[in-house]
Amino acid sequence: MQDYLLILLGTVFVNNIVMAKMLGLCPFMGVSRKLETSLGMGAATTFVLTLASGLSYLINTYLLGTELAYLRTLSFIVVIAGIVGFTEMFIRKTSPVLFRVLGIYLPLITTNCAVLGIPLLNVQAQHNFVESLFFGMGGALGFTLVLVLFAAIRERLEAADVPLPFRGTSIALVTAGLMSLAFMGFAGLIK
Amino acid sequence: MLAAILVMSGIALVLGGILGWAAIRFRVEEDPLVEKIDAILPQTQCGQCGYPGCKPYAEAIAKGEADINRCPPGGEDGVKRLAELLGVEPKPLDEGLTHKPKSVAVIDENLCIGCTLCIQACPVDAIVGAAKQMHTVIPELCTGCELCVAPCPVDCIHMEVIKEDVSSWKWRYPIISLKRAA
Repeated sequence: MQDYLLILLGTVFVNNIVMAKMLGLCPFMGVSRKLETSLGMGAATTFVLTLASGLSYLINTYLLGTELAYLRTLSFIVVIAGIVGFTEMFIRKTSPVLFRVLGIYLPLITTNCAVLGIPLLNVQAQHNFVESLFFGMGGALGFTLVLVLFAAIRERLEAADVPLPFRGTSIALVTAGLMSLAFMGFAGLIK
Repeated sequence: MLAAILVMSGIALVLGGILGWAAIRFRVEEDPLVEKIDAILPQTQCGQCGYPGCKPYAEAIAKGEADINRCPPGGEDGVKRLAELLGVEPKPLDEGLTHKPKSVAVIDENLCIGCTLCIQACPVDAIVGAAKQMHTVIPELCTGCELCVAPCPVDCIHMEVIKEDVSSWKWRYPIISLKRAA
């Protein structure tokens, strides 16, 4: 149990998918303008990523094995796209409210490189099924945390008196860099 | 090689089957009107109507939140077909949406009676002249706001389009603000 907790904490804080691994930067910059949208994106990503890491573990272990390892990226992409499509239809039917919140973010997840990155990292780290699930969920929770924090900062930035050449994306990238530095403080939290 | 093809097509088949099943199983009964309106819209997803895409705009029309004349790519023809479908009067495209070429006011000096009404209307003082004297527009100062066209009692002011050349060409503003995100 402690191992799983360590994986969860490790992926959320120490090896944060955005701040330390530099994955998923596109939605990180794209949907962090407002707090509500970033929460929606984070929730949708968490759902898909947990499912995707579990399913890609199964595919990698039982279908691909070692001799078909070169199909990993290809098959993971197909599976992720399938999961996203299924999730979209499922949520649409079961919870129209949730669909209205997540609706436009769900298709965006297909192209989120963090969602492909985490299953591949899972393979690299030779995680077992449950570890993969925790790694996926932790990564997504870390993504959500950083996205929400960043959105909160950006909402403040809107009102800040930023020098003209730095306005918009430039100051956002500078802020992201500083955030990444701050997250380095977590290194060493878990050995 | 064969195993790879089998595995990939197997995954694709299973996923395709699940998605196809889900599409039927989780079908959502939508307002059929939305589908019909959506079919008429040009599907350019340009966002010029103020909605994120054609489907949200179609939904807004069906709900009665949006007017039918907010789709420049669909043109007059599209508006006419929407009006037929919804049983309302067709109306011209929303003027604020169609991009007007930059133009300046020109006074037909033979017709001008020197009433000074246009001088009073001009916000940038681009019209010179005095009472009972012929007026004229200084093209360099004219912003093309058309405020002087209406007050003229003899209709001697018309707008002339400026041809684009090296000195008058500008980058277009690329940003189209979306009214609502979800």
